[in-house]
Amino acid sequence: MSGPFVTLLLRDLKLAARGGGSAALALSFFALVATLVPLGVGADLNLLARVAGGVLWVGAVLAALLSLDRLFQGDFEDGSLELIALSPLPLELAALAKILAHWLATGLALTLLSPLLALMFNLPGNAMRMLFVSLLVGTPAVSAVGAIGASLTLSLKRGGLILPLIILPLLVPAVIFGAGAVGAVLDGIAGGGALGLLAAFSGASVLLSPFAAAACVRLNLSS
Amino acid sequence: MQFLFRYANPAQFMRLSDAALPLLVAATLLAFAVGLYLGLTVPPDYQQGDSVRIMFLHVPAATAATTVYGAIAVCSILSLVWRHPLSDTAARAAAPFGALFTALGLVTGAIWGKPMWGTYWVWDARLTSFLLLLFIYFGYMALWNAIEDEVKAARAAAILALVGAVNIPIIKFSVEWWNTLHQGESIVSGHLAPVFLAPLLVMMLAYLLLFATLWTVRIRTAILERRARSLMQGAA
Repeated sequence: MSGPFVTLLLRDLKLAARGGGSAALALSFFALVATLVPLGVGADLNLLARVAGGVLWVGAVLAALLSLDRLFQGDFEDGSLELIALSPLPLELAALAKILAHWLATGLALTLLSPLLALMFNLPGNAMRMLFVSLLVGTPAVSAVGAIGASLTLSLKRGGLILPLIILPLLVPAVIFGAGAVGAVLDGIAGGGALGLLAAFSGASVLLSPFAAAACVRLNLSS
Repeated sequence: MQFLFRYANPAQFMRLSDAALPLLVAATLLAFAVGLYLGLTVPPDYQQGDSVRIMFLHVPAATAATTVYGAIAVCSILSLVWRHPLSDTAARAAAPFGALFTALGLVTGAIWGKPMWGTYWVWDARLTSFLLLLFIYFGYMALWNAIEDEVKAARAAAILALVGAVNIPIIKFSVEWWNTLHQGESIVSGHLAPVFLAPLLVMMLAYLLLFATLWTVRIRTAILERRARSLMQGAA
């Protein structure tokens, strides 16, 4: 079982790295959003430290959204999704492999970039560590919940427009707990509670969403 | 299950709803007449004054908004698991009312908030979660409209509705964790003065009857539309 899973994972990672560099685009978008915020709200370093957790969390979610509409669509258009569906690998595991590949290419990359942006937002060291950990724990939920939206809209030509409308409300808990953990550390309270809730949300999303995504893929393939 | 499938046939549903609709309309009008009369004649609240009357429009709207989502979720399960033929039509027909009741709850809440909290909008937990519910309704309706193939649209919308049904309690919990200013519920816990309880319950019934009436009309319209379309295709 691990053979086809790893093959699919590596294939998707290669596609992400070579086909248009969606990871690099997501990172640039993330950095650009983070640059626009001080231009909008002013360069007061105390204010920036205060809003950094929320701004960087929202920016990371939006950046991860950018490449989501292609999660299944490219494979759907050229027919490889049908081959994946016919392969001995259960479609749920195939969906999980794609979610994992998407997270490695965007969520993890965004997490690794976040300390640099946090530094520019004057976030103190302990809060910066919490931001890093919360992104590390929470961004898998973005890829997982996003996969449901991507599979729902996969047959649509303009799926990229409707996808954010569908999944952003569902990602509210991730933003609240992620930014909340950073805010708690800034206020001098332990952010462990929020981080725990974030991990629970993230874990449940990763466990459950492959089933929903696989169901949507099946429905789009049956015609 | 047997009971549900007796009305799965559209022709059967049309016959039944034809008989039930006048009763529903009458019951709705009666409930609104009684509810509004009671709501306008109860003594003003000692703290809120006459503004308390907004509650009789606000709380039932919010209750109806969540009830409609429950109805959509049940229809979606019926459609996904048992392929109940009418439930897709029913789920699609219910969504705009859900959005409408949610919007009504938000607007009446804002009107009440101005004299009570001194501002139309606060980022309080319940207001925010209702705003998110409105967006969830928008996304659900947008998905229905975006997919052309009706069978596929129905299945996709049903899956989204169930994902939303799992997620809505989590969203509600997280938003509550985030901020709370709205007063807690006061009906079950007995904090509501008994004089206000009667008009509130009657108005809740009135809103639900209104939903039932309009929902039935919309399902009937959808069935008739489909018949007209197939007749035109047959003629062409």
